[in-house]
Amino acid sequence: MTTSGQGKGKALGEKKIVIGAILDSFAKLNPRTMVKSPVMFVVEVGAVLTTLQLVRDTWRHTGAFGFGLQITLWLWFTVLFANFAEAMAEGRGKAQAETLRKARAETQAHRLRTDGSTETVPSSKLRSGDVVVVSAGEFIPGDGEVIEGVASVDESAITGESAPVIRESGGDRSAVTGGTRVLSDEIKVRITSNPGDTFLDRMIKLVEGASRQKTPNEIALNILLAGLTIIFLLAVITLQPFAIYSGAPQSVFVLVSLLVCLIPTTIGGLLSAIGIAGMDRMIQRNVIALSGRAVEASGDVDVLLLDKTGTITLGNRQATTFLPCPNVAEANLANAAQLASLADETPEGRSIVVLAKEKYGLRGREFGNRNPTFIPFSAQTRMSGVDFDGLQIRKGAPEAIAKYIAERGNQVPNETQQCVSDISNGGGTPLLVAENGRVLGVIALTDIVKGGMRERFDHLRAMGIRTMMITGDNPLTAAAIARQAGVDDFLAEARPEDKMALIRREQARGKLVAMTGDGTNDAPALAQADVGVAMNTGTQAAKEAGNMVDLDSNPTKLIEIVEIGKQLLITRGALTTFSVANDVAKYFAIIPAMFAGAFPQLSVLNVMRLATPQSAILSAVVFNALIIIALIPLALRGVKYRPAGAAALLRRNLLMYGLGGVVAPFIGIKLIDLLISYFHFA
Amino acid sequence: MTANGWFQIFLYLVVIFVVTKPMGIFMTRVFNREKTFLDPALRPIEKFLYRLTGIDQKREMRWTEYTIAVLLFSGVSMTLLYLIERTQKWLPLNPQKLPNVEPGLAWGTAASFTTNTNWQSYVPETTMSYLTQMVGLAYHNFVSAAVGIVLAIVVIRGIARRETEELGNFWVDTTRCLLWILLPVCLVGSLVLVSQGIIQNFKPYTTVELLEPQTVQVTGADGKTSTQQVAQQVIAQGPVASQVAIKEFGTNGGGFFNANSAHPFENPTPLANFIELVLIFAIPSGLTYTLGRMTGSQRHGWAVWGAMAFLFLAGVTATYWAEARGNPLLTGTNQHASASQAGGNMEGKEVRFGIASSALFAVVTTDASCGAVNSMHDSYTPLGGMVPLINIMLGEVVFGGVGAGLYGIFVFVVLAVFIAGLMVGRTPEYLGKKIESYDVKMAMLAVLILTFTILGFSALAVIKPFGTAGISNSGPHGLSQILYAYVSSTGNNGSAFAGINANTLWYNSSTGIAQLLGRFFMIIPIMAIAGNLAKKKTVPESAGTFPVTGPLFATLLVSTIVIVGALTFFPALSLGPILEHLLMAAGKVF
Repeated sequence: MTTSGQGKGKALGEKKIVIGAILDSFAKLNPRTMVKSPVMFVVEVGAVLTTLQLVRDTWRHTGAFGFGLQITLWLWFTVLFANFAEAMAEGRGKAQAETLRKARAETQAHRLRTDGSTETVPSSKLRSGDVVVVSAGEFIPGDGEVIEGVASVDESAITGESAPVIRESGGDRSAVTGGTRVLSDEIKVRITSNPGDTFLDRMIKLVEGASRQKTPNEIALNILLAGLTIIFLLAVITLQPFAIYSGAPQSVFVLVSLLVCLIPTTIGGLLSAIGIAGMDRMIQRNVIALSGRAVEASGDVDVLLLDKTGTITLGNRQATTFLPCPNVAEANLANAAQLASLADETPEGRSIVVLAKEKYGLRGREFGNRNPTFIPFSAQTRMSGVDFDGLQIRKGAPEAIAKYIAERGNQVPNETQQCVSDISNGGGTPLLVAENGRVLGVIALTDIVKGGMRERFDHLRAMGIRTMMITGDNPLTAAAIARQAGVDDFLAEARPEDKMALIRREQARGKLVAMTGDGTNDAPALAQADVGVAMNTGTQAAKEAGNMVDLDSNPTKLIEIVEIGKQLLITRGALTTFSVANDVAKYFAIIPAMFAGAFPQLSVLNVMRLATPQSAILSAVVFNALIIIALIPLALRGVKYRPAGAAALLRRNLLMYGLGGVVAPFIGIKLIDLLISYFHFA
Repeated sequence: MTANGWFQIFLYLVVIFVVTKPMGIFMTRVFNREKTFLDPALRPIEKFLYRLTGIDQKREMRWTEYTIAVLLFSGVSMTLLYLIERTQKWLPLNPQKLPNVEPGLAWGTAASFTTNTNWQSYVPETTMSYLTQMVGLAYHNFVSAAVGIVLAIVVIRGIARRETEELGNFWVDTTRCLLWILLPVCLVGSLVLVSQGIIQNFKPYTTVELLEPQTVQVTGADGKTSTQQVAQQVIAQGPVASQVAIKEFGTNGGGFFNANSAHPFENPTPLANFIELVLIFAIPSGLTYTLGRMTGSQRHGWAVWGAMAFLFLAGVTATYWAEARGNPLLTGTNQHASASQAGGNMEGKEVRFGIASSALFAVVTTDASCGAVNSMHDSYTPLGGMVPLINIMLGEVVFGGVGAGLYGIFVFVVLAVFIAGLMVGRTPEYLGKKIESYDVKMAMLAVLILTFTILGFSALAVIKPFGTAGISNSGPHGLSQILYAYVSSTGNNGSAFAGINANTLWYNSSTGIAQLLGRFFMIIPIMAIAGNLAKKKTVPESAGTFPVTGPLFATLLVSTIVIVGALTFFPALSLGPILEHLLMAAGKVF
């Protein structure tokens, strides 16, 4: 979505986001907002308590003012830092929403009346079912489907892609989005959504986080954090009676400090930022997740269903060689093949024409007045061709042609039969060419597997994800390509209902399935899949059935989506582990400090050798607040993710965030204590 | 510390390791209702019992029904015990003509034995008749153990089964547990223990003349002291052997005598001591194997066992070290171990067991929720006494009580998987079951109940006179005594820091409530998780699945137990045993 020219603008935008986020973090102090994050709410209540105590102490001239003031301030900072993290994450979305909103500006629409005349109405008056006419230079007033005409459309407002795309009635390229601009020609569009509910509206709401709901795992994590908070609340509340029994009662400042340090503020403060940032990372890759749940599910995916064409292989199959029958010149075969393909507008057909031209300089010829009859391809005959000047040229699937010539008393020579099976076994598609009931030879169409796919599938396998190729090819061809690309499994001769059955079967075995699709016939499978990514070029039905839309319409992106989902979950887990592991050091900082006065012997537990009891407690509180700020970039960016097996990932992350979480605060608190005692803060 | 001491400890661990697999397989077969070698003898009895009680052995229960059955059964059993205690004067087998037990104590004891705690704030040989001991207490030793075991089995079924609400039949599981596992082993165990000198009779107490009459100082009711000549001793008798085997095997711990397993009639020889120790860990250790077998992941079972064994060894090492080191304040005494003396801190320990066996017993009995003692924990050095305290605070998950240990560690497994599980990039799953908000909620509830009960009651007791009245030492040691009372009650352990006088209205009722909360309010959320897990689909294992096997997982589990389980109590511990230890080093005692 960003180009290099926007670098400066981005830096400025970043600054604006930070300023906005700072203001927002104060607005978020509202208890009604805070209560949504139970951990931080407890910190806020603690900060209020110490503030009241501070006022009381000042009024009565009791207590150590400097210490109380510093603790109170840092407690407020802790809350503000957490709010800032969330505001930062939201800020990026807001900036993006701003751009989108510009595209949604009110436009005039030419609505078609029943009598065929048009009337001009504002786009906000359009309802689902209305038909509008959009001409070159005009904005499409709402989401809809092209019902008449072809036009090139500039969709850069949504996709960021400046090259125009073709939209035409019928087929899989009929969906248009409100806010995009028609560049040439005129189309009739049937509006499919009501104002406020268009794709653009939904997208704005999503990036702004307005419609963001907590995902299931986030809810569960929040319960865990709330539970831990209550446990530590109990530990701290009951500590006072024990302290009184031991003759060393504690002040409110100290007790609140201990509580705030023990409860998992690090993850509690960053949790929602992590979630928002995860959605944001999807958006940066031009994927719109229609719910946070889908992002989370993409981390859990067990099976990836990938369409062969366009995902695993480059575009479509291309003709690569002509293999003539014995006693047939290759040039004759090429000539016949080209003639048969002249009217064939499929990519395969065109590639045959091109190949013949490249190899034999055969140009596309005009039939002139020779009255050619083109035989179009049909699913029944499974061949196409041309009749002219008494010549009957046919090309098509080997079985179809074999049957066709058999009816004319001929049969396919053994050598050619051998060629056909060789090509099939090698993953190619053979087409037979026949002239007047006699086979001339074979055209080999080959799939070209995209570079680097094998490595990606290896990575996915290491992550425990099975890749499955879906193709309409016969099993032999499919197996060869599957082998070449390194996918785990394939579904050959797949019809849309097979895809659906496959998804159901995998799901019944407890697996989560992800797939991409664009056609209307993909819609049921997209809806059934746990993660269904619809291509933006696809039909409206497909887009509505899926739970994500890829604006770049790049089917390979499914792999990236899975990685983003995993990264989101890992970030959450890493920071939770880090946060819980931090407690060890904090105990060792605060407990000896609390009772050092009454029982100097307990200073043995002061393993960090912190200067004074006050500086020890203050250092722990300061560390606890600063670690939130320090981890904001990590929360927004996500922890570094390398595809690997679960055991390797766990070992690495446990070492880094578990052991690191135990060790880091010992060092951090000690350093802060050195600073505090150097400046005589406490 | 001596080589002999370490040898005993490691021999013990090896024996436990060896019995784990056969115990695990046998229990699996019993609860899966597969064929066992005992079937010819026991199947007819089992069938007869079902016919008699009208139990449909094929009918399975949902978690709610199962839990209600547990609660009802325990409630009725508890009432029965209360009635026996209250009427023992008029019942047979009471050669000492002991009076009926007072209501407060009777209620507390009923709660204590129903919950597998066996906290005894009374002297059994002067309080309970033979009938009460055999019909009332020993009965509970069997059934409360069976209840714990079948609950663990339900949890395992919850993990192993998929897309079902059926978790087994409480009556069938309990019957089979009693007939196939508890009764046969205890029968054999009792006979072996009798061979070592444990008594089994219905005789009245014997009075014997002392070989060396003693002169003691006695404080009379008027406060004046006088000297008294003691020439006779009363030796208590009774059906002891039948109760000792189940006391250990069912991790009950309630002694026939006040001195529990320190009494020569309850634990006569080092061999008897060793057998009792093995009986304590046999079922809890075997259940880890059952877990692996029933869920189809034997390596997971061993990972759990490994985590437990690690925590066990850490505890033994610390206690053995602290006790063998002796008391630093006794400067004029030789505390070194030698051929002629045990050395170390021998206060409150039996000479026939010595330091290593006592330390081992103290750790085993508190790792498991047994609570039998062969030495007085109150007399341990502060750090030596802290280990048993911490063991119970961890939730008795180091092997743990029969069944209770397994379902206790299950809570920590759920939490460990949930906290760290995300780090592999998938939402957390445990053996193919997704851990979701409901499961986390229930697991947290279980941990909360434990923490709330222990810390709540202790905090109340330390600042109220009715609480501090019971303790026998001031300062940090007193705090340890109070903490230990509630830790032991809530954890259903039943051992005591013997210094505390717990036969007061406050302690009888508060420890009773703590025991009931610690047992039954733990059970409900855990059963809820089991029920919820059973309903879920099982996600097939892949390279991306969170590994719950191997040393990595065992380490994670240990860390979770220590950080979530123990650190909560760190502030309290630092004011109790840790402070006492440091003050002792500075020459201050209480």
